Amino acid sequence: MAKYSALSLLRGAFNGQSHWQPAWRHPDPKASYDVVIIGGGGHGLATAHYLAKNHGITNVAVLEKGYIGSGNTGRNTTIVRSNYRLEPLSRFYEFSLKLWEQLSDELNYNVMFSPRGALTLGHSDGDMIRLAEKGDAMAVQGIDAELLTRDQVMKIEPCLDFSHDARFPIEGGMIQWRGGTARHDAVAWGFARSADSQGVDIIQQCEVTSMVVDAGRVVGVETSRGRINAGMVAICAAGHSGHVAAMAGLKLPVESQTLQAMVTEGVKPMVNTVVMTQSLHCYISQSDKGGIVFGGDPDNWPSYAQRGHAVTMELAVQQGLALIPALSRLRMLRTWAGVTDMSFDGSPIIGSTPVDGLWIDGGWCYGGFKATPGSGYLFADTLANQRPHEIIAPFSLDRFERGSPVDENGTGPFPNHR
Amino acid sequence: MLLIPCPHCGDRAQAEFAYERTADSVVPLDAAPDQAVAALFTRTNPRGIDEEIWRHTYGCGSWMLIRRDRVSHAIEWVKPIGPAVLP
Repeated sequence: MAKYSALSLLRGAFNGQSHWQPAWRHPDPKASYDVVIIGGGGHGLATAHYLAKNHGITNVAVLEKGYIGSGNTGRNTTIVRSNYRLEPLSRFYEFSLKLWEQLSDELNYNVMFSPRGALTLGHSDGDMIRLAEKGDAMAVQGIDAELLTRDQVMKIEPCLDFSHDARFPIEGGMIQWRGGTARHDAVAWGFARSADSQGVDIIQQCEVTSMVVDAGRVVGVETSRGRINAGMVAICAAGHSGHVAAMAGLKLPVESQTLQAMVTEGVKPMVNTVVMTQSLHCYISQSDKGGIVFGGDPDNWPSYAQRGHAVTMELAVQQGLALIPALSRLRMLRTWAGVTDMSFDGSPIIGSTPVDGLWIDGGWCYGGFKATPGSGYLFADTLANQRPHEIIAPFSLDRFERGSPVDENGTGPFPNHR
Repeated sequence: MLLIPCPHCGDRAQAEFAYERTADSVVPLDAAPDQAVAALFTRTNPRGIDEEIWRHTYGCGSWMLIRRDRVSHAIEWVKPIGPAVLP
């Protein structure tokens, strides 16, 4: 793999930039691999990258139904943060955030990680108590969290509605300065390029149609491009986790729902941080191109259609406009939706399954993008050592029957109440 | 957005309805623990047709069973939940 650098750009300037090579190959599938990863999104590609880099396992295939990064990796709001209250979650997401901080260097690919601050607004005394409690829980973990007064929030985000008749009065906030955004497609491309250069086969336009099970053990997959044998099969299929797991006879604790996002036309810098709120479910940030990116609730009913419905979209926009009235003059350019696998406690499911040789990395609800490097790193470790890494051990598939869910929102075991 | 034919009110916008859970997740009170865990915490979650319990929350308030496709969003049928249709 040719290293990208300022020097190679400069050298290219003298030969018409003709030195550029494809960033990854398009190999035909081999008959057999040590590890077959189902799903060529950020998580699958990151897992392949770390399997090769950290564990020397390079006889790996990543199978992707469409093109890489075409699922939720390309459909999220690109927010990266680790401001969680429950210890298993903050520990995991902080591990991931630390990888984000040096990811561009590690991959030799600019993922445009922009730690501009993740700001959570408080609209009442109750909100401020919750934020202080969450901030304390984070500080105990060594994660940066700063409680803000109303005046401090006003300095950071002057566009918010601070008037006395605001629909959602702003009492203060909490900020994690190390949080921010990243370029989502670049994450998939960077991991793909790195994994490919270490010998991983990335096979696009290759849909898994069934699992080959022999004596209770998964030994391969049938695909639209023929049968592929595998020492281990790893599911990284996000919203389609349940669909793929069902091929091995598994019923997962997930329900697939649509999650929408939308972006306005580009404007000059006006939203400086990632703005979230403790009471509402609306998150707003400004992309590097200047568009204001909105996200809101999932649609809260099961669907595999990658399109959202108007009720949820209207709710997210109403909340956004109440927070930043100046947005009302902007045109909405695009809306889109991804299929998220909503788990029963809002936390991911990573680790082994009751079927031998089959491993899963799913149930990410709407927290999958920021988890990409951390999940890839720890899932690769889990696959290489055939046991869950201690950081992801709390997210095992059997935690519900053991009565130990990781329920950050405290809303009980309903995927549609997240 | 769905146009849901409420058994009592006729065609109404989805905004009036709330999704509750899938039909197969209703647990009998005397269910064995493994049966209860399976019903409460796992879902078939098919990429295709499934039966779901919805409620006309912001309308007549009645519960109903809806059989529909999760990819095309086409509704096959809607039945009022009562003694004849206990999921």
